[in-house]
Amino acid sequence: MAKITFDGIEVEVPDGTTILNAARTIGGSIVPPAMCYYTPLKGSGGKCRACLVRVAAGSAKDPRPMPKLVASCVTPVQDGMVVENTTSQQVLDVRKGIVEMLLINHPLDCPVCDQAGECDLQNFAFEHGVSTTRYEEERRTFDKIDIGPLIQLHMTRCILCYRCVYTADQLTEQRVHGVLGRGDAAEIGTYIENIIDNEFSGNVIDVCPVGALTDKTFRFKQRVWFTKPVNAHRQCENPKCCGKVVLWYKGKDVMRVTARKDQYGEVKEWICNTCRFDKKETADWTIEGPAHIDRSSVISANHYELPVLNAQVIADLPESSVRDLEQNPPMRLGN
Amino acid sequence: MGRKLLTEHINVEGIDTIEVYRKHGGYRSVEKAIKTMTPDEVVEEVKKSGLRGRGGAGFPTGLKWSFLAKPEGVPRYLVCNADESEPGTFKDRQLMSKLPHLLIEGMITSSYALGANTSYIYIRGELLYVLRILEKAIAEAYAAGFLGKNILGSGYDLDLYVHPGGGAYICGEETALLESLEGKRGNPRNKPPFPAVSGLYARPTVVNNVESIAAVPVIVNDGGDEYAKIGVGKSTGTKLISACGHLNKPGIYEIELGVPVEEFIYSDEYCGGIWKGRDLKAVVAGGSSVPILPKELILKTAAGEPRLMTYESLSDGGFVTGTMLGSGGFIAMDETTCIVRNTWNFSRFYHHESCGQCSPCREGTGWLEKILHRIEHGHGTERDIDVLASVAKQIEGNTICPLGEAAAWPVSAAIRHFRDEFEWHIRHPQEATRPGAVYPGKAVLA
Repeated sequence: MAKITFDGIEVEVPDGTTILNAARTIGGSIVPPAMCYYTPLKGSGGKCRACLVRVAAGSAKDPRPMPKLVASCVTPVQDGMVVENTTSQQVLDVRKGIVEMLLINHPLDCPVCDQAGECDLQNFAFEHGVSTTRYEEERRTFDKIDIGPLIQLHMTRCILCYRCVYTADQLTEQRVHGVLGRGDAAEIGTYIENIIDNEFSGNVIDVCPVGALTDKTFRFKQRVWFTKPVNAHRQCENPKCCGKVVLWYKGKDVMRVTARKDQYGEVKEWICNTCRFDKKETADWTIEGPAHIDRSSVISANHYELPVLNAQVIADLPESSVRDLEQNPPMRLGN
Repeated sequence: MGRKLLTEHINVEGIDTIEVYRKHGGYRSVEKAIKTMTPDEVVEEVKKSGLRGRGGAGFPTGLKWSFLAKPEGVPRYLVCNADESEPGTFKDRQLMSKLPHLLIEGMITSSYALGANTSYIYIRGELLYVLRILEKAIAEAYAAGFLGKNILGSGYDLDLYVHPGGGAYICGEETALLESLEGKRGNPRNKPPFPAVSGLYARPTVVNNVESIAAVPVIVNDGGDEYAKIGVGKSTGTKLISACGHLNKPGIYEIELGVPVEEFIYSDEYCGGIWKGRDLKAVVAGGSSVPILPKELILKTAAGEPRLMTYESLSDGGFVTGTMLGSGGFIAMDETTCIVRNTWNFSRFYHHESCGQCSPCREGTGWLEKILHRIEHGHGTERDIDVLASVAKQIEGNTICPLGEAAAWPVSAAIRHFRDEFEWHIRHPQEATRPGAVYPGKAVLA
């Protein structure tokens, strides 16, 4: 076990835990945002740099601070480590810079994007970014690539988190899409246009943090915050499919089916394409009840469940940090 | 003239064959190390020599070797980084093509010291002709019994392979190199774990530059203490400097660390001064990624001391008034050089070579290039300079690998030392974009 201090809060976690996961055991608004890290996907993380934190003391043995900010999602904890996230102005400033970088080539077409309302980038930019841009150059765009009848790939919106690549690697027999090209010309694509066709391909829609991969059967049908999420399950014939889903209702119609996500937007159990795309009748499912959406986005703001309050867990902060926080409050929906 | 440890016999006829190379003392270090020394003794000699990594970072080689994890029953690897791609640096290419056996001898001795039974030379894809030279030399070394099973009857086995890359700059970063060597896309890995613990095929691995490995035979032959006598302070031994730009005698020079920069540029022994009788304007001392310095600061430190070609002296004053020795790619620019154009050119390179894995570098390098392109072509605005500096700062230190810093440093340094020239471009676009335009000096801005 290793004992670390995260934003003034002490927590004990097993050795080898990453800083991010240690912070998640505390929970609340001190958890660093993550755009590319995805717990169920081995190898993910370290790319978007949204979760950078400052390590003020490396370990009990070697209490020197780390020279650079580290990606909390891939850096394991050491006993005696002291980590600063919301208590470090440097971290907050750098995070603003990361938002700016992620947005310079993003089309910001949220008004017509199906992901809006449950978009990690939207939340991230809202909470940590600034509302103006200094970018005057032409934005990078891509032609749309056809990857089959079920999934729409809109590369211009992609932030290259690689999650869909890992999903295809770890969930399906053969991956047909990947990252082509280099630098800001890098793109997700199938080499020589190819259809992504296997029973679990739909999961790339769920893992995509932005609107780059969307459900073609749901495109432009409904804004997500006008739909009512309901937990349901069915006995799926596919042994790899868990059969536990969220049905998104508008009136009496099931608009779409997704896997269940936790408060960090992570799917714990995958579902197959039959459940996702073909079973869109209430009769196909056993209804469990309203789904609890615990995310700091507009999707939980217009919820028919009681509004979810962000737990206030930073009561034990040192006085100087409290002062800093009061002067520079981290913006958070619902606070 | 200083001593030449690596390149003493570089111009001997037929030195690329094993017979001639051995006549000039080749492969002595292999015999000495394998027959008379334990691996740890070789590591100890390298530690004593004070040899620092010649690829750019200047990390002590002996120390790096001692960090190598040595779990029982798990193979270890030595990988030679011959993916020399830094603009301005061309020393390894020459060393490998002229003295292939020196590198192979170094690889054998180093592999023995690290206990590696398989070693790789990862060579840049463009250098196919060097690859053929190396493969021929390796075949000769196998035939002579220096490679393969039971080397010199000692029971030590070593196989050496040369592997060409696809020509991406990023594959010179050690973890991207390992990914590429494994046959994957050359994306740098997150660290930790470091290669010394989990490198090639997740085994403990040491990655060293060509020149570092080529220095090992010299250290083993003469002893680490003898090697450490050359040079100044913690910068020991000799270093290959590839000098290019507006010099009378550009080329590769093996210098004893500690030669004054002024002597290196102006003495006839080395570069012979600036061409066409012009004045020096600026120098990039260690390959395109290190900060550019104006003439006043490269010849003398901020404190007025003469600057020496050592790791410490060149970085004296931090990045405010100093730079780095880097990989030894010494680029000199005369008074007619346009710093804005030069910075744009460097930026274009890093934009093209960014792997696109992490967001600050992927997006930031393109942004830098676009702004610099605009300023250079007469469409800059006053705000651009501050945006440039701030974008560079947002990239620096926040990326997975050092390519982010390599892209940010030249831009920050150019603005730090030549801000007035950027302002001239922005305020007098018509003059600045005229073909052959030369910045007339601060007076025009008043």
